[in-house]
Amino acid sequence: MLYGYEGRFLGGMAVTAGVAVCALVLALFLGLSGAAAKLSGNRFLRGAAAFYTTVVRGTPELLVILLVYYDLQGLLNAAREGLEYEEVWIIPPFWGGVVGIGAYYGAYMTETFRGAILAVPRGQSEAAASLGMHPAVVFFRVVFPQMLRYALPGICNNWLVLLKATALVSVIGLSDDMMAVASQAKSKTRDPFLFYFAVACGYLLFTAVSDFIFARLRRRARRGLA
Amino acid sequence: MIENFSSVLGGFGELYWEGLLLTLQLSALSLFIGFFLAWALALVLLAEGRAWLKIPARAFVYFMTGTPLLVQLFLVYFGLAQFEAVRESFLWPVLRDAYWCALIVFSLNTAAYSARIFHGAMAETDAGELEAARAFGFSAFKRLTRVIIPGAWRRALPAYGNEMIFLLHSSSVASIITLSDLTSAARVAARGTFHFTESYLTAMLLYMAMTAVIVLGARVAEKYAFRHLRGVGG
Repeated sequence: MLYGYEGRFLGGMAVTAGVAVCALVLALFLGLSGAAAKLSGNRFLRGAAAFYTTVVRGTPELLVILLVYYDLQGLLNAAREGLEYEEVWIIPPFWGGVVGIGAYYGAYMTETFRGAILAVPRGQSEAAASLGMHPAVVFFRVVFPQMLRYALPGICNNWLVLLKATALVSVIGLSDDMMAVASQAKSKTRDPFLFYFAVACGYLLFTAVSDFIFARLRRRARRGLA
Repeated sequence: MIENFSSVLGGFGELYWEGLLLTLQLSALSLFIGFFLAWALALVLLAEGRAWLKIPARAFVYFMTGTPLLVQLFLVYFGLAQFEAVRESFLWPVLRDAYWCALIVFSLNTAAYSARIFHGAMAETDAGELEAARAFGFSAFKRLTRVIIPGAWRRALPAYGNEMIFLLHSSSVASIITLSDLTSAARVAARGTFHFTESYLTAMLLYMAMTAVIVLGARVAEKYAFRHLRGVGG
């Protein structure tokens, strides 16, 4: 059906999904940290988080991916020279893409988490604090579980956009994701339409599976509510 | 750092300027075309019955919002060229050109996303407003143009402002099909000077400036759309 590229294409789907999932983990981590910084009493942290979200949300993801990838490489090279370490280490495009996409969507996650944390009534954390809970316990036992319910729709939206951003990683040289496999097959078989259509179907499948999972997660998050 | 910036701008300033203009032109034109397509699509999605129109419209929106813009661009730019029928049709001079491909794909893409926004906003119209319009003897057409669309436009504005920003940023993929937009200028400058940070930062600042203009424009438009809710003299 795909001129013998079926196996490589399936592998490409796995690589694309891998980039997306790893980037999601990073974005969630950055989002939580960013939200914590934005809501903290420290002016420096608040300013840094505001700078991060403003810059990222004002620029295209492609530029951020390119910047992160080539800058990380530059920093590594500088560090290598500083340490007089001989071996050249080149960042694998897979991880360059993960960091670029994760850093980009981390800013969107920051806004999602910030809104969700603010949506949890203050009385909840006050009550927990008055019971003598440590602030960390208050956050993880009381605020966090309730916040997730408010954050879930935003996380779902961000994930769907993040997923589509993985198509850009082949630009920094990833050679085995869906897009890259399609580009290689296109040159060999002269049938670009078929291969890019297959990529489109792959993304539609990912979207459909995500929708299914999110519907279940949302039901789970709402358990205990009327 | 400053010297690096000046060497980037000194060597490639003109390229950035031309890239900025192309990015602006592509984004503004696709938003303009997409805006009208989106309302047409949204009306089809809203209409009762007419499955023969509705099912294709729904499929179109699902496909355009469920797949990456880059894939859509490649499907049109590389994919259509392989068909004899396309190459021999009168459309070939258009579809052969990267600029037109980008313009068509961006317009269709933003049309699909905006159609979802407009459709949602129209579906949310308050039942009481429709009842009132009916009680005044408004025809179906008048209900649509005097009640549903103006109200929906107000509700859709914040989300549509975000979609405009989204399209501006997405238009950077034009650089991948050889168009000399702002992102492409940054990539050329980065390769030419080896000052990667400064080259990309210059483009980022310009995108941020354009984003700020859209944000401010959306804010002014929202203020104007909700002028009837402002207090006297407010």
